[in-house]
Amino acid sequence: MTAPAPATTRERAMSRLRGPRLRLGEQAFHVLLLASLAIAVLFLATLLVYVVYQGWPRLDARLWTDFPSIRRPERAGAQSAIFGTLWVISLTALFCLPVGVAAAIYLEEYADPKRWYNRLIEINIQNLAAVPSIVYGILGLGVIARGLGFGPTVITAALTLSLLVLPVVIISAREAIRAVPNSVRLGSLALGATHWQTISRQVLPAAIPGIATGSILALSRAIGEAAPLLLLGAATYVAFNPEGLASAYTVLPIQIYNWISQSRAEFTTLASAAIVVLLVILLAMNSVAILLRNRFQKRW
Amino acid sequence: MTTNSVSNTAPGTVRRSLGRTRPRYGERVIQVVLLAAALVSVATTVGIVVSLVPPTVEFFSQVSWREFFGGTDWAPLFNPPGYGVWPLVTATLLITGIAILVAVPLGLASAIYLSEYATPRTRTTFKPILEILAGIPTVVYGFFALKFVTPQLQHLLPVNVDVFNALAAGIVMGIMIIPTVASLSEDAMAAVPQALRHGAYALGSTKRTVSLRVVVPAALSGIVAAIVLGLSRAVGETMIVAIAAGNQPNLTFNPLQAMQTMTGFIASAGSGDLPTASLHYKTIFAVGALLFVMTFAMNFLSIRLVRRFREVYE
Repeated sequence: MTAPAPATTRERAMSRLRGPRLRLGEQAFHVLLLASLAIAVLFLATLLVYVVYQGWPRLDARLWTDFPSIRRPERAGAQSAIFGTLWVISLTALFCLPVGVAAAIYLEEYADPKRWYNRLIEINIQNLAAVPSIVYGILGLGVIARGLGFGPTVITAALTLSLLVLPVVIISAREAIRAVPNSVRLGSLALGATHWQTISRQVLPAAIPGIATGSILALSRAIGEAAPLLLLGAATYVAFNPEGLASAYTVLPIQIYNWISQSRAEFTTLASAAIVVLLVILLAMNSVAILLRNRFQKRW
Repeated sequence: MTTNSVSNTAPGTVRRSLGRTRPRYGERVIQVVLLAAALVSVATTVGIVVSLVPPTVEFFSQVSWREFFGGTDWAPLFNPPGYGVWPLVTATLLITGIAILVAVPLGLASAIYLSEYATPRTRTTFKPILEILAGIPTVVYGFFALKFVTPQLQHLLPVNVDVFNALAAGIVMGIMIIPTVASLSEDAMAAVPQALRHGAYALGSTKRTVSLRVVVPAALSGIVAAIVLGLSRAVGETMIVAIAAGNQPNLTFNPLQAMQTMTGFIASAGSGDLPTASLHYKTIFAVGALLFVMTFAMNFLSIRLVRRFREVYE
């Protein structure tokens, strides 16, 4: 790709500096990097196309009007799993959002980072964010289901998932609160507002879009979790919707897991169809989060 | 920001300070409530330790340490039972190894591309796509590994590939942790000061040289932290291995065979309704404790490394 007959000395020197051999290596490297990224994107595309293709015959209303059935897969649906997911996720949000946001406010607005206990809380949260989810299942099994005697119920699942996503909520809420400039706080304090008035009326309203974005992403993680719920008694076959906190339940990921373990081909189709439903829910939540971030993100 | 600087105005003094005259108890109460919320996370860690330790201690009063850590036979349900944890550990390490072989090159290359090569516009398109990859439920990855990747491997490889195998689980798990590796590495690379790049360019370096010889070494501790965190994710991942790797403890290094990981064992043993007093029930906690200790050590190392690279350039 050398330019035809360089006119000036300068251009000649330039072309010698970026010799063709050198540029070939550069381009190969560039292509290599792009290819790596492309593999990840292609994998994602293949996965999406595959589940839609596999689940297509069963992507109809039966999926949410009918209950699971082992004997007649052609009439099986996932209604109890969809309702179970709704129950568990609403309760999870109810438990973990207030606690998570309150903890974030404490760490950003009150905690003195030099104090050892505040640093301990901080490191602890970072570490909890990376604890395997099945360990939370063990926690839920040992402490909530058996220790507190809640058993394999909706409330056990919701409490366990709350603890699981709490670090994510705290970390993202902290980032949102930190993004509110200090001048807002100082201005409010200068007008005579108390510390809490400043936080509740100035800082929090400004941080809400960021907090909402992080919370939605955290909850969408909770929706997809299956591992801890395996230990918490969601694996059993459930043919009714939850009626209260102490109800037995199943959720979409567990229902999918059950169907995958069945050998008959109809169940593979059903599993794919349910995966499409699950992914649609998650993608919808993610796009709401991205929309919120783009629409309400303030440039201070 | 100080909160409670109640001024010492003794009653009767003529000059009153401009500070508040009476303490605001409400403010204090709010602070305590907020602190309590922050302490929930500490309570979670305590809860994890409390739920793991007593059953584990009871387990080891019935099974010797030597058998657990030295034995090569894992068959807690058989008669006579075997409690050698090695088959679970080697399966975990093998699958983690495969996942890292996939995730590190691809994740690192993606990070270099996004941080050094991509225009702002390509970056804003590709980053959300990588985030989607991280947001896909692991049960879906497991399904894909079992129903799509394994048949492809059986088709492509000239040797016999089991229906449940470590290779498919490891490859898919590797793809799953690409975003973890890529995003943390990219953070570390973005933290490398621009002056280092300019200096290298001034010496006549090409973009590739700058990326590989300047930016990557400078961000190395952050990159290592990303890899360690990816490792910990892979060790703790459950659903992919439970679905695609099989549920037979198998002491082998052949990735084409079925095997059971530590998390896979916990999931399969814990999904039944076991009587609390049984040794089998306690086995879950013993393996869980080992898993927790392993991932805790890795997370801690990763946090330390991240902290170190942050401090270098600030």
